[in-house]
Amino acid sequence: MNIKRERTTIIVAGLIIGLIAALLVYFGNPANMGFCIACFLRDTAGSLGLHRAAAVQYIRPEIVGLVLGSFIVALCRKEFSAKGGSAPVTRFVLGFFVMIGCLMFLGCPFRMILRLAGGDLNALLGLVGFVIGILAGVFFLKQGYSLKRTYTQTKLEGIVFPVVQIAVFILLVAAPAFIFFTEAGGGPGAKHAPILISLAAGLFVGALAQRTRLCMVGGIRDIVLFREPKLLMGFGAILVSALVCNLILNGAADATFFHLSFTEQPVAHTDGLWNCLGMVLVGFGCVLLGGCPLRQLVMSGEGNSDSAVTVLGLIVGAAFCHNFGLASSAAGPTDAGKIAVIIGLVAVALIGCLNTFKKKA
Amino acid sequence: MKIVDARGLSCPEPVVLLRSAMASGESSYQIIVDNHASRENTTRYAQHMGYKVDVSENNGEWTLTFTK
Repeated sequence: MNIKRERTTIIVAGLIIGLIAALLVYFGNPANMGFCIACFLRDTAGSLGLHRAAAVQYIRPEIVGLVLGSFIVALCRKEFSAKGGSAPVTRFVLGFFVMIGCLMFLGCPFRMILRLAGGDLNALLGLVGFVIGILAGVFFLKQGYSLKRTYTQTKLEGIVFPVVQIAVFILLVAAPAFIFFTEAGGGPGAKHAPILISLAAGLFVGALAQRTRLCMVGGIRDIVLFREPKLLMGFGAILVSALVCNLILNGAADATFFHLSFTEQPVAHTDGLWNCLGMVLVGFGCVLLGGCPLRQLVMSGEGNSDSAVTVLGLIVGAAFCHNFGLASSAAGPTDAGKIAVIIGLVAVALIGCLNTFKKKA
Repeated sequence: MKIVDARGLSCPEPVVLLRSAMASGESSYQIIVDNHASRENTTRYAQHMGYKVDVSENNGEWTLTFTK
């Protein structure tokens, strides 16, 4: 294994991904939201009618592309492998609570980087919480936390989730009456790049993420656990690339791509404590899951049905957030959302304890 | 030689198990993994710790032998 080449590859991939994320905003995605796995799953859930928040309903082709990009590359490289059966219900619950943390902060770890690259200083509080959450997860990993092994499954089981993505994409293009779309000017759901650009971006980033094993939570986790910097280099490269692109676009285009402040940031609030606590929950839950929401999508494309179940947990979590007023808005977090985050932290800690300190059978 | 069976486990667990095993200070170890990411990550960790790596594949499973 050539470690230098591996590191160069992930840095180049990160630089390309940062560029694509910035360009997606240029082409129409919401500001600082070239990619946001949490927001995009939430928008897709709304479009499918799983929640009725009219401002956030759109089938995001980036999600379809991420899964299919990973699926195609995994097939070509003979890395597609249908596996699953490692505590799927526990993973569903973890995915559910990770989404509650994401929608408290208003973004997944990927968007946290893009918010930083757009000058949103609230994301610094998110980053602090993210690191704290990862440290909590690493504590359990060091004590022997495990959701136990996966088992080989039929190829069909691994292919189902990518096929579902194709079906969802057909619904976007066909736009039958039962699919909900945010009306123009009605909120973030109405802001999107053209379908084919979004799909191509998703396919490309999914392919790069599959090749490099890119994971936003893995970067900090591996540095703490093993002093291994590879994944963190990808994290850093995305930040640098998106920041530079935003600064260039700020000068070249009419819209604002970089604005250094806490206030008046797009799709963000200024409650530092809850930005932090939301991302504590995300970091903690993602370490116990073995990867960030982006990595879960990529692994679901590689045939991992546990990751597919995790994504379903994220989707259901998003629907709950908007059906029961748990999601934050630009006005700030809700009381119900704060209670949900606290319940989430307790639940994730319990999952950690019960899968670490239980008596050996 | 210590043998670690990490089949079915996804990262970072195989590396955590390998690291625990290596704490015993032996000159060679073997780990069995069944996914590409675990193969790459355990190989990288062992190389970082100064071990030479020998890989054999059998039907989607890799046996990695690390020696100093």
